Amino acid sequence: MTNSGLLDRHIAFLEALRGAGLSVSLAEDLDAIAALSALDWGQRVTVHDAYAATLVKKQSQRPTFDALFDIYFPRLVGTGAHGLQDDEAGEGDSGVRDNAQALAGFRNELLEALATGDQQTLARLAIEMVGRFGAMPGRGPGLSSWSAYTALQRVAPSELVDRIIQALLAEGGADDAARRTAGRRLGGFTTMVEDEARRRIAEEKGPDHVANVAIRPTIDRLDFTAARRADLEEMRREIYPLARRLATRLTKEHHARRRGPLDFRRTVRASISTGGVPLVTHHRPKRPHRTELVVLCDVSGSVANFAQFTLLLVFALRDQFQKVRAFTFIDHVHEVTHHFKPGADVADVMTDLAASTAHAALWGRTNYGRAFTKFQENHPDALGPKSSLLILGDARSNYSDLGLESLKEMTAAAKHSWWLNPEHTRHWDTGDSAATPYGQVVPMVECRNLGQLSEFVHDIL
Amino acid sequence: MNHSPRDRSLRSRPRGGPETTWFSSPSDAAARLAAAGYLADSATATTAYLAGALEKPLLVEGPAGVGKTELAKAVSRATGADLVRLQCYEGLDEARALYEWNYKKQLLRIQASQGDDQTWSETHDDIFTDEFLLTRPLLSAIRRDEPTVLLIDEVDKTDVEVEGLLLEVLSDFQVTIPELGTVVAVRRPFVVLTSNATRELSEAVKRRCLYLHLDYPDAEREREIVTSQVPGLEDRVAGQLVAAVTRLRELELKKAPSIAESVDWARTLIALEIGDLDDKVIADTLGVVLKHSSDHDRAIRELRLRK
Repeated sequence: MTNSGLLDRHIAFLEALRGAGLSVSLAEDLDAIAALSALDWGQRVTVHDAYAATLVKKQSQRPTFDALFDIYFPRLVGTGAHGLQDDEAGEGDSGVRDNAQALAGFRNELLEALATGDQQTLARLAIEMVGRFGAMPGRGPGLSSWSAYTALQRVAPSELVDRIIQALLAEGGADDAARRTAGRRLGGFTTMVEDEARRRIAEEKGPDHVANVAIRPTIDRLDFTAARRADLEEMRREIYPLARRLATRLTKEHHARRRGPLDFRRTVRASISTGGVPLVTHHRPKRPHRTELVVLCDVSGSVANFAQFTLLLVFALRDQFQKVRAFTFIDHVHEVTHHFKPGADVADVMTDLAASTAHAALWGRTNYGRAFTKFQENHPDALGPKSSLLILGDARSNYSDLGLESLKEMTAAAKHSWWLNPEHTRHWDTGDSAATPYGQVVPMVECRNLGQLSEFVHDIL
Repeated sequence: MNHSPRDRSLRSRPRGGPETTWFSSPSDAAARLAAAGYLADSATATTAYLAGALEKPLLVEGPAGVGKTELAKAVSRATGADLVRLQCYEGLDEARALYEWNYKKQLLRIQASQGDDQTWSETHDDIFTDEFLLTRPLLSAIRRDEPTVLLIDEVDKTDVEVEGLLLEVLSDFQVTIPELGTVVAVRRPFVVLTSNATRELSEAVKRRCLYLHLDYPDAEREREIVTSQVPGLEDRVAGQLVAAVTRLRELELKKAPSIAESVDWARTLIALEIGDLDDKVIADTLGVVLKHSSDHDRAIRELRLRK
């Protein structure tokens, strides 16, 4: 194992995993080696499973692991055994491999494969597609010479959707079922092409380079503001499990601190079974303390995602609070508490929230000062000595009046107050951000991803 | 570094007692689990084989009802080992998990010996012996001579302190009892821990285990599982049922239907003698797979079951 270079590859792979935020200990490293010694290495998938079982102990890190494994232990080298075999005859200059005719032919082949859903053909086509249409020769050293983007733009598989659906319908099947299948296959194929491009780049520049630039962070470390559409959906699916985990953790911690005063009667009763010796003492339970929470969130375009997630999380945890009231604002304040009915459907709530955004705006430009003043005018009863105030927003008020006086009155009325800012600390006070003036009135906390959000919510409870 | 894997594989052979091999290869694991009624995919089979070969505990995580506990039972059936089960819950302590001294019996023993002229140290030695020890699942699993599968179910339900208690058992397969000394496993059990991930387990526990995440299976595998669990179900109906369940899982539901629930659904259809799963039947029997009213409404709306 030492001489074959396999050990170097193994160590480099582990380093890359650690670099991507997985905590791989030396013990797990040794386990992986032991696991590999106990198996044949004939099958790539076996090696993959062995590494997965010994190194990855959190499911949320699995996509990162899979991507890195593909880079360090690629499925094939170069164009592979059956890469461009049909071009063998006309080989000579690269112009022949990539022209309009070849493109049309390739698209037909792809269409057929997508319509039948043949995974092996699709995998072969993905390899061929990057090799043929994703190559970018002559862009100079240091620039990647394979691009999934170029390949996808040229071949444009998404334009084939209607024809795939037609083909599926011809085989029989319902309309929306065909649409879903087509969408799923296209999505799968796009991922294959992206993986393939990453593999080709890794082959050329060494895996370490790709591992550093092309691996996305895990979902709980992904910035709200940098999330793509698919990421947002995944995050939304994470909200309820997250809330459940938080609630379990909180209940446990409350129970751990639960030992109230001695329950004399129960202790004596219990001691009868041990001959009058009180071996175990019993205590009265302690009543948990519950806060009232008032959430005030900026729902203007730039931070809308963040506000939605925080609201969903807070309401998923509503039984941890005595009462929750939520307000949204852009330059006007609008109460949205009634959208969060117990047991309501997440998707519906999101739609309602999006629809009600219009009520929070008069002119549509974020104005924190005006929003705070209006809040004081319209909802003076919301804040009391038992309530905690939570403000969500990036503190970018378009250079308008900051309304510091109103904010001071609000914080004075509330028991506690916090401000969550979805921007990285280094962006605070840049441009129209008024992080420091607001931060002097209300303690401001950076909250960029689900991980930080759940830590914060846990700490205030 | 280059000699350590060899060392490990030598050490991992059980010392004393007869040779135990749980599975001889991943494909053997898959075949024997299938014979025991558990259809394992390649990752599950490989990991189950590794857990046996490396003699490391196996931590299985995943949503409720995907067959985590069933995996442990299947391993015990496939290898002819006995199953010792420790069900975790909040408030589980040492006395319920490891061992406990039988206080009442000890008290009786002390009271009975008061008339005799036994000295205190003799009585003391007397009451801390095997006779007064109540073994609980973890200790019994370790003391057994026969092949044993130890199932520690729903580890995430316990308190963090219990995890500390598990560490000694999981890494060295031994239990230290202050009055008696250290009890070392005669024969290492095959340990399976299951968790619903309602909380993150500590790094220390995870580090000692192999990890396997079980998720909802793909349509074909689920169909095999349903038909193998529910004999008498027509292939066509099984196909319709799996398609419907797959569709339900794509919706944004609070609780997606699990494999256990699809099997229940199949049994329901058999009991009601339904030979065709059309929209009306789905709408009528949806309660078997969806347990939240908002999920119910959403499914009916999205699948357009009532027009």
